[in-house]
Amino acid sequence: MVDAAFEQPRIAQPARRPRRASLHYALKRKSTAAFLMTLPLILLIAALVLYPALYSIHLATLNKSMQKFVGFGNFTFLFKRETFWMVVKQSCIFAITAVIFKALIGFIVAHFVHNIPAKGQRKWRGMLLVPWVIPPAMSTLAWLWLFDPSYSAFNYTLSFFGIGPIPWLGDTFWARFSVILVNVWYGAPFFMIMYLASLKSVPDQLYEAAAIDGANWWQRIWYVTLPMMRNIIAITTLFSLIVTFANFDIVRILTSGGPLDTTHLFATWAFQVGIQSSDIPLGASVSLFMVPILAVAAIFILRDVSKRGNES
Amino acid sequence: MSTLAIDKAGPTRKIKYGSISRDRAWALRWSYFFLVLFAIFSLVPPFYMLITSLKSSAEISAATNPWWVFHPTLSNYVELLTSNQFLRFFWNSTIVSVVVVIVTMLISIPAAFALARMKFWGSATLATGVFLTYLIPDSLLFIPLFKMLAVVQDLTGITLLNRWYVLLFVYPTLTVPFCTWIMIGYFASIPKELDEAAIIDGASWLQTLTRIFIPVALPGLIAATIFAFTVSWAQFLYPLVFTTSIDQLVLPVGITTTLIKGDVFNWGQIMTGALLGAAPPLIIYAFLMDYYIAGLTAGATKG
Repeated sequence: MVDAAFEQPRIAQPARRPRRASLHYALKRKSTAAFLMTLPLILLIAALVLYPALYSIHLATLNKSMQKFVGFGNFTFLFKRETFWMVVKQSCIFAITAVIFKALIGFIVAHFVHNIPAKGQRKWRGMLLVPWVIPPAMSTLAWLWLFDPSYSAFNYTLSFFGIGPIPWLGDTFWARFSVILVNVWYGAPFFMIMYLASLKSVPDQLYEAAAIDGANWWQRIWYVTLPMMRNIIAITTLFSLIVTFANFDIVRILTSGGPLDTTHLFATWAFQVGIQSSDIPLGASVSLFMVPILAVAAIFILRDVSKRGNES
Repeated sequence: MSTLAIDKAGPTRKIKYGSISRDRAWALRWSYFFLVLFAIFSLVPPFYMLITSLKSSAEISAATNPWWVFHPTLSNYVELLTSNQFLRFFWNSTIVSVVVVIVTMLISIPAAFALARMKFWGSATLATGVFLTYLIPDSLLFIPLFKMLAVVQDLTGITLLNRWYVLLFVYPTLTVPFCTWIMIGYFASIPKELDEAAIIDGASWLQTLTRIFIPVALPGLIAATIFAFTVSWAQFLYPLVFTTSIDQLVLPVGITTTLIKGDVFNWGQIMTGALLGAAPPLIIYAFLMDYYIAGLTAGATKG
């Protein structure tokens, strides 16, 4: 499609060949040039993404010393461990809850930013996007300090409301709550920006028409905004689902999986098993469990992307 | 507190037979109220970093009001900025990020140009493949990459693990797919007449790219550069896995591993380090916010 401009002259070539020698030359070399231009990209992806991905499948079938082929031995071993099922459960709780809250907060905040006069929007948008800009490893340290059990700023503040000291990272429920909270804090601005961009592309006439028809605030959102934003909501949610599911930084710094492994995600557990306990094959098998959900999300995203590609 | 209560109660009475303008005024007040709430939520951690970084250890352990500094001091900053170790982290981070940005651009611009403008066998599949690669997270690849690097190291005798330069090989896997993807979008949106004219005037492909595409798609290029820089600057998992010696660490890993000594948390210094580590992306963001946001939204909206 994009190439149509270059395809047309080729048909006309034989008739005026002498005048278009340089063009002809360029066309003749086009596929070679294009291949050379994409070669570094192909090599990079093949050597450092595709190969490791396949290699991890191979690794997952070896024993701990990587000398012997054990087939599905690592997987059956994992299935028998309680920690593994806890990790599966926690990864799902973490990813789903965090994505829902990020999407909700992002949607609500995007509306509020969209509501206020246009000249103030830049300033607010700028402030609200700050969590996304700070490297997560750095901001999570700040959260760790906010959650600190003895000098915690949160507990200090809550004590004025008569709420007792909360063991933010020491108790299973609160630790799970905290990692989700930090993830929502970090990820909601991304949703906000995406939704804001898509809100701006909804034509005003639709709202005017809805208002004339007597639609109230809720009906305008339900029948005008949401259908217009459906695509972007779907794609942002799927993107975020992938990233959240594969999250590492926040849990690693905040709890390192504790208390009692109850906040481990696939990534942090794979790190602990594979790198810290140097059982590489087992770590590889753990991280491979991320593939199914990633694949499902990726298929949906691809379908969406190609659909929109065809429309345009 | 009392003004907020009035805000809440006042408008709800008004909207009963709301005209559009009254409706709007009501919505506006609510919007500001919630925006303030969300802005506080967003800015508490960075603010707290700043507050803590200005405190001395004595003030931190004295358990005074944590939200305020009573005796501001710059000693944490002085200490970190004169510590060779910290400067080493900063230097490692800087050199890794800058080189990765350059490598990323050198790989992804020609590739994006070829994929957007020169259709060849398999180009559509490759474009989709690039996008798919972007969806593969780092936490899936770090274990096989670690083992791969160990094997390569054994075979060639070149020390790769535990050296900062190993990051130059692995970071592009995170930056190149996305940058290529958004550059394809930007290049595809350039009118074909421009490069047709250049070709007819006798420009080669390379000239078309450097004289036409790069200048015209400069905003996209800046967005991609910012993305590549912030991703390499913030990356935590790969350096944590691939580097362990203190002089080879980059900033995020260096701060989390060296400033936390056992159970002793020197919070003043940790927060100062975190703030200094967050500063480069924040500064870039402050000056180039529009490019930053353009890159952010382009990734998912350009198809």
